[in-house]
Amino acid sequence: MTPALVDVRGLVKHFPGERGLLGLGRPRAVVRAVDDVSFAIAPGQTLGLVGESGCGKSTVGRTILRLIEPDAGRVTIDGQDVVALGARALRALRRRMQIVFQDPYGSLNPRMTVHQMLAEPLAIHRIARGAEAERRIAALLEEVGLDPSFAQSYAHELSGGQRQRVGIARALSVEPHFLVLDEPVSALDVSVQAQVLNLLADLQQRRRLTYLFIAHDLAVVKHIADQVAVMYLGRIVERAPAPALYAGPRHPYTTSLLSAVPVPDPKAQRQRIVLTGDVPSPAHPPPGCPFHPRCPHPKKDTRCRTEPPALREVAPGQLAACHFAEQPL
Amino acid sequence: MTEPLLRVRDLKTYFVTEHGSGTARAVDGVSFEVQPGETLGLVGESGCGKTVTSLSILRLIPEPPGHIRPGSFIEFEGRNLLTLEPRELRAIRGNQIAMIFQEPMTSLNPVFTVGDQIAEAAIVHQHLTRRAARTRAIEMLKLVGIPDPEERVDHYPHQMSGGMRQRVMIAMALVCHPKLLIADEPTTALDVTIQAQILELLDRLQADLGMAVMLITHDLGVVAGSADRVVVMYAGQVVEQAPTPALFARPLHPYTEGLLASVPRLDAPPAREHGRLHGIPGQVPAATAWPDGCRFHPRCPYAWDRCRAEAPPLLDAGGGGEPGTHTVRCWLLTDPRRRTPHP
Ligand SMILES: Nc1ncnc2c1ncn2[C@@H]1O[C@H](COP(=O)(O)OP(=O)(O)OP(=O)(O)O)[C@@H](O)[C@H]1O
Ligand SMILES: Nc1ncnc2c1ncn2[C@@H]1O[C@H](COP(=O)(O)OP(=O)(O)OP(=O)(O)O)[C@@H](O)[C@H]1O
Ligand code: SF4
Ligand SMILES: [Mg+2]
Ligand SMILES: [Mg+2]
Repeated sequence: MTPALVDVRGLVKHFPGERGLLGLGRPRAVVRAVDDVSFAIAPGQTLGLVGESGCGKSTVGRTILRLIEPDAGRVTIDGQDVVALGARALRALRRRMQIVFQDPYGSLNPRMTVHQMLAEPLAIHRIARGAEAERRIAALLEEVGLDPSFAQSYAHELSGGQRQRVGIARALSVEPHFLVLDEPVSALDVSVQAQVLNLLADLQQRRRLTYLFIAHDLAVVKHIADQVAVMYLGRIVERAPAPALYAGPRHPYTTSLLSAVPVPDPKAQRQRIVLTGDVPSPAHPPPGCPFHPRCPHPKKDTRCRTEPPALREVAPGQLAACHFAEQPL
Repeated sequence: MTEPLLRVRDLKTYFVTEHGSGTARAVDGVSFEVQPGETLGLVGESGCGKTVTSLSILRLIPEPPGHIRPGSFIEFEGRNLLTLEPRELRAIRGNQIAMIFQEPMTSLNPVFTVGDQIAEAAIVHQHLTRRAARTRAIEMLKLVGIPDPEERVDHYPHQMSGGMRQRVMIAMALVCHPKLLIADEPTTALDVTIQAQILELLDRLQADLGMAVMLITHDLGVVAGSADRVVVMYAGQVVEQAPTPALFARPLHPYTEGLLASVPRLDAPPAREHGRLHGIPGQVPAATAWPDGCRFHPRCPYAWDRCRAEAPPLLDAGGGGEPGTHTVRCWLLTDPRRRTPHP
C-alpha cells in the first residue's frame, strides 16, 4: 500500500465550557467536539466524513489544517508533522493544504473582485506576479468553468454555484495536494450541486488531489468517496472502504442513517428505521456507548450503557465501534 | 371525481423590485388542484416560486412590493379566497388552512412559551377557555411526539432542538384540525434522522386526521416517499404535473428529467463505476428576466427553433387515466422524435 498523504492519530479537540452572561453562573460543561479521531487518506483518494449537525466534522477539518489548535493527537500531511510546526514552516505547508467552505456567501470577501481574490494568494505565497499571475488567473477560471468575464465581478453578483467555483479556484491557486472540502455542495440547488460534484471529480483526476470531503448527505458521499468515516458525538463510529460500508454497514447508527436517506424512487420498498430522540449534546455525551439511548439494536444490553465500545476491525478494512458489530442490524 | 379542496388557476404574483431592475414575475400563471385528503408535492429549485405560491394562497404576500394580478383565481371549498373580506379570510387561515413555514426559528415567537403559542390558536379560532386551551396544547405536544409534554408546554423555543421546534410548529398548525396543511420545506433545515421522524409524523397525522397536505420541497426523494401527486415548477410556472409513480417512471419534461439525473443516489453505482452525474448546464435565470419562448430553452439539451420562439402551453401527455392526469409544458410532446436518447 502507498503511504498515506494524510495521517491523523488520536485527534482531540475540546472547547472550554463558557460561563453564562457576564461571567455569572456555573461554567458550562466542556464540549467534546472531537474525541480520539484517527484516519488516513492515500494520495489521490477521497475520505468522506459524514454525520449529523454538531458531531464535530468541521472541527476535524479545521484542526488538521491547524486553523484550530488541537488539544492532542498527531497529524501528518505530506510527511510533515503539522502539530509540531512553527509559524513559518506552517505557512509554507499551507500552500499544500487548502480548505473550501460550505457557505459560498460568507466565505468570499465582498469588497474584492474575483480577480483580486485569485491574485491575493498568488502574491502572499510569492507564486506569480504580473503577466504570469494574469495567465494563471485566466487558466484557473477556465479550469473551474467560469467565463473570463467574471474576473471583474464581485461576490454578490454571482450565483451560489459560481461563488463555490470561485472558492475552489482560490483554493487551487496555490497548487495544493490536499483539500478539505467542508460541505462544498450543501448550500447548492441539486442541478448546480451536480455540476460542482463533476468539477471536483475532474479536478481530482487531473491534478491527483487528495480530498477530505465533509458532508451530511450519504448519497453525495457515496458518489465521490473511496473511504467513508461516520461520526457521532465527536467520535468515529464506523470507517470502511465505501463499497463495504454501503453494502454492509456494521454500526447501527450507519444503518439507520442509510435507511433515513430519501430515495427518489416511489417503488423503493425500504425498511425505514426511524430513530427516536434527538442527538445528545456533545457537552453531555451518554456513558457507555454514546449511541445507546437512540440505538435500535435488539441485542442492546447493560454493557452498552456502561462500557464504551472500541473502534475495532470487524471485517477486512472495516472498523466499527459497536459491541454487536458481528450481528449488524 | 370529487370536488377539489383547493383550486388554483392562472395565479400570477409579481414583485416590483427596488433598484428598478424591473418586475419579478415570481409566480406567472400557475394552476393546480389539491383533492381532499391527498398529499400534493410541489418541487423545484430555489427561486422557482414555491413559497410565493403558498403565501399567495393564504394572501400573505407583502403589498407592496408584491401583488396578485387580476385574473388570478384561488378557490377553497368553492369560495374565492382572493375576494374574501379580511374577517372571513382570518377565519379560514389557521383554522381550515394551516401552514408550516420554511424557518421554524423565525416563525416561533421567542418571548412566549410554546404552550402559550399553541393555545393562542385554539382560543382565537375555537373559543376555548385558557385552561381548556392549555390542556389542548399538552395534547397536541403529545400527538407530535414531544416527550414530557406537561413539562415542555412551559418551555421557550430556544430551550428546544431544531427537530422539537419543528414539531411545535406542526402542533400549532394542527391545533384546529385544518382541512389543508401547507408545509413549506418542513424538513430542509433538519438532520436526516430527524427529517425521517418528521416525515413519518406528518404521514401518521395525515392518516389520523384525514387532512390534505401540500408538501413543498426541493428534495425529489422526499416527494417520492410522501406525495400522491407531484407538481414540478420552473421559472414561476408549472412545467409538469403527474401522479407520483408516473412522474418518476416517465419524467417527460426535460427539466424534470435533468433534475432526476442530477441527484446522487444511494441506489446507484458510485462515480468511479458510472461516471459523472448528468446535471443541467447553466443556472436558473432571474425572475426579472425569464427567457423568451420556453423558459427552459437555454438549459435544455433538446431545444430547437420553435422552443426559442414560442412559449409552450401545458400539454396533455395521455398515458391512461382522465385527460389532464399527466401534463407537460414542452414542445417535445408535439414532436416526440426529437427526444433522442440522452443527448
Ligand atoms: N469555537 C467553538 N467554541 C465552542 N464550541 C464549539 C466551537 N466550534 C464548534 N463548537 C461545538 O463543537 C461541536 C462540533 O461542532 P462542528 O462545527 O465541528 O460540527 P459539524 O459536525 O461540522 O456540524 P454541522 O453539520 O452543523 O456543520 C458542536 O457542539 C459545536 O457547537
Ligand atoms: N418580497 C419580495 N420582493 C421581491 N422579490 C421577491 C420577494 N419574495 C420573493 N421574491 C422573488 O420571487 C421569486 C420566487 O421566490 P420563492 O421564495 O417563491 O422561491 P422558492 O421556490 O420558495 O425558493 P427556495 O427553494 O429558495 O425557498 C424569487 O426570484 C424571489 O427573488
Ligand atoms: S419546449 Fe423545447 S426547450 Fe422547452 S423543454 Fe421542451 S424541448 Fe426543451
Ligand atoms: Mg460543519
Ligand atoms: Mg421557499
